[in-house]
This record gives sequence, structure tokens and C-alpha cells, in this order.
Amino acid sequence: MRRDEVPQDSGVLEDNQVVNYALDDEGNYCLTATAGWAPVNDANRLAWEDIQEQLQHIRQDIVAGKFSPLAYYMTRAQMDVALLARYAAVARWRVRRHLRPAVFKKLGSEQLGHYAQLFGISVAQLVQLPATDDLPMESGAVVCGEHHE
Amino acid sequence: MSILDFPHKQSAHCESGATASLLSHAGFPLSEAMVFGIGAGIFFGYVPFVKLNGFPLTTYRTRPGAIFSRVTKNLHCKVIQKRYRHKKQAMAELDQMLEQGIAVGLQTSVFWLPYIPAALRFHFNAHNLIVIGKEEDRYLISDPVVPDLVWCPAQDLENARFAQGALAPKGRCYYLDQVPDPGHLAQPMVQGMRSVCSDMLAPIPVAGVRGMRLMARSMPKWEQKYGQRRAKYCLAQVVRMQEEIGTGGAGFRFIYAAFLQEAASYLGAPQLAAVAQDLTAIGDSWREFALQATRCCKGRSAATYTDLATLVADQAEREERLFRQLRALTKQLGR
Repeated sequence: MRRDEVPQDSGVLEDNQVVNYALDDEGNYCLTATAGWAPVNDANRLAWEDIQEQLQHIRQDIVAGKFSPLAYYMTRAQMDVALLARYAAVARWRVRRHLRPAVFKKLGSEQLGHYAQLFGISVAQLVQLPATDDLPMESGAVVCGEHHE
Repeated sequence: MSILDFPHKQSAHCESGATASLLSHAGFPLSEAMVFGIGAGIFFGYVPFVKLNGFPLTTYRTRPGAIFSRVTKNLHCKVIQKRYRHKKQAMAELDQMLEQGIAVGLQTSVFWLPYIPAALRFHFNAHNLIVIGKEEDRYLISDPVVPDLVWCPAQDLENARFAQGALAPKGRCYYLDQVPDPGHLAQPMVQGMRSVCSDMLAPIPVAGVRGMRLMARSMPKWEQKYGQRRAKYCLAQVVRMQEEIGTGGAGFRFIYAAFLQEAASYLGAPQLAAVAQDLTAIGDSWREFALQATRCCKGRSAATYTDLATLVADQAEREERLFRQLRALTKQLGR
């Protein structure tokens, strides 16, 4: 890649720049700043779409009473039961229990506060679903492909 | 508390960048590419039995930590490394080191670092950065992939140091205690090239060019295996590993080519410059692969998974030839 071919497609990097290695006019490698590359932005968006899709399913399950809202916040933080258990310093089987609505409802404020702090939200937020997912996808991004209903 | 005078320089890759700036700070400036080469950073791995976000682990680089340990070993630096059980102790000792005027390297998770763009904050636990100062409740950080020095709140840094999951850093910190004059770099450079050749040509199905071939064989089956939607995400993950922040472009192929070029002039070996040129061409094809792959994900190109697999198989062929050639050259150059 020559220096003048280094792409400048802003996206996931927001206003930041990273450096690429590219060839100058004499064919020597040099560091060249780039604002991003469209395929990288697209691939990153797909990763977030994957999460968004999982969140859609989980929302439905929570509304249907299959899971507690903890499942939603866990998935939004890109965690699974094992990882959440490590972070919350709670046994896996207990996290799995807390994902059940009936058990979650009875949780004490200490345990709830612990989870809420981990996700950077308040306890009031933790016990209900947020209106929007608020994922860091490019603004105005429309999810391409077909939607699940 | 004082703030150290530290030679911050933006790099393509965090580990080679952090190592290069620690060496510069110790008085031996080496380029990032040189560190990447001596540390034998280039690699390929496709590991179907290790899953990342539910997809096979794909990597274009050597395992985290290997560059730092190879470079410091080959240059005979004395390294102090520590891991901690208690967060408070880890942060207190960090403060002590800073007071003694030591620039401290940390292993962190990008998920918890507030200055990293939100879209890039995934659970990746092997990000390297260097702490160079503290002021009240925040630390001044030289993050190799960020253009300028950044401030980070103490609580966030603590979270990042004690991230959980795969490659959990456990508060790992490191610094160079004694750095002898590296002298002539020919030996470590050739050593690095040898490591790279044996890694890339290893007789292990998931590693090096054989890993590429394994990926090429499994790609046409992805749609069947994961379903049409998830197959796209799998392909996108490969592209992210290759091109997203910290690779220098083309999955570290360009940065390694830069090393070979530097080595060619340092060692007076024009044959290496020719290898660098070939690797640049291979890197350009990886960029083309990334472009075709994302087009395929978006349904904008006629390229199928089979076509993409052919591209990867072709790359395996070319890289095998290149690393065999490089291995033959190291025999001539090495003493």
C-alpha cells in the first residue's frame, strides 16, 4: 500500500487517528496516519449488530418472563454467565439463578447494587429494561439485512 | 506527583509500541518495526476449538506478551514483572514506582478504558500501555495506539488492570530494570526471523500457513454450519482481527515488511529488501481479501465464501514460499 492510498474513512475511530505502515515515493516504509477504513467500519458494525440481535431476542424473553433484566445488561456488556460470575465474584450457578425473574425479584439491595455498579448504572435502571439499546454503532446507522420479528 | 519525561510515539501495535518506547526511555531508541521483527510478531492462527464470541479464534499475530519477552530476552534486558492478588496493593505499588521515576507498563483490558472509542471497547485483555504520571485521582498514560498522552481516572485504570476472562491481566505490570547497550543487532534480528519462519511453517494444523489452509477449507462450510446470518459475523470477525486497530494494516504484514526493509539496510542484505517487497504485495492481497469479505457480508459483491476461501488458500501458498525463502536467507546471514 502506498502512502497516498492509505484510506481516510472515518467511522469507528470517531475523531481519532491510528497509524498504518505504507510506502513513500521512494518505496520506503513510513508511518502514515489514517482516520479509518470503510471495511473495518463495516466489520465493526456487524459485530455490534450481532450483539443488537441477541439483545432483541433477550428483550422478548424478558417480556415473556423467561429471564430477568440482568440477562439484558449482561449481554449488553458482552458478557456471558462465566464472565459475569468472575466480575461479580459470585458462583456461576448463582448468576444463573439470578437470571430467573422470580429469584431476581427477591434479590437484596446489596447484590443488586453490586451488579448495577459493575454495569455503570443505577439499581432503578437494573430492574427494568431501557427504552433503547444505546449501542456504539455509527450514528444514523440502519441495521442492514432482514429483521427478526 | 511528578510527571515523567517520556518519549511518547504513536505506533501501529500496542505491544511492539510499548516495548519500543520503554527501550527508548532507557536510552536505546529502536523503531517499532524493529521491535516487532526482533520479537517475531507476525503469525497466523485459525483455532476452531477456541471460540471468541462463539466463532473460531483467528489471529494474525503471535500470542500476547511474546513480543515483549522475546525482545527483552534477545537484548538481555533485566525485566521486573509483577502480578497482584489485591487491587489496592497493585495501585499503591504503581504509585510508588512512579514516585521513583519509573515508567510502568501495564497489561489492561480495552473494555474499561474510557479514552478508547466506544465502538472498539470489547473484552480484549492484552492491551499494553505505559503509565508515566499521576495527578490527584487520575493517571497520565502513554498509550501506544493513541496519538497523544491521555488522562485516565484511577478507578477505570484499576478496572482495566483487573479485568476478568481469557488472558486476565491480574494487575500485571512490568518495567525494564537494566538495559545493556544492545550493540550490534544482527544476531537478535536473525534470531527473530528464524522464530517467525519456524512458527509460520510449523507442522501444526492450526498454525502458520497450515492454519490458513485450514481456514480456507472450512470457510465454504460456514454458511451451512452457522447459518447465513451468523456466517457473516464470523467473516466480519476475521476482518476485524486482520484490520482493526493495532495491526498497522493487512494483519501485521506491512509492519513486518517494514522490519525486513530496515533489516536489509542494517545488515546490507538486499535480498531481504526483495522479500519485503514480496510481503508488501501479499499484504495488498490481504487488504483486497478484507474488502471482498466485507462486501460479501453486505451482500454487495458476487464473491461467495468459496471464492474468499480460494483467496486465502492462495495467500497460504505465497506466504509459504516467502517464509521458506526467508528461512534460507537466515542461514546465509546467521552466524
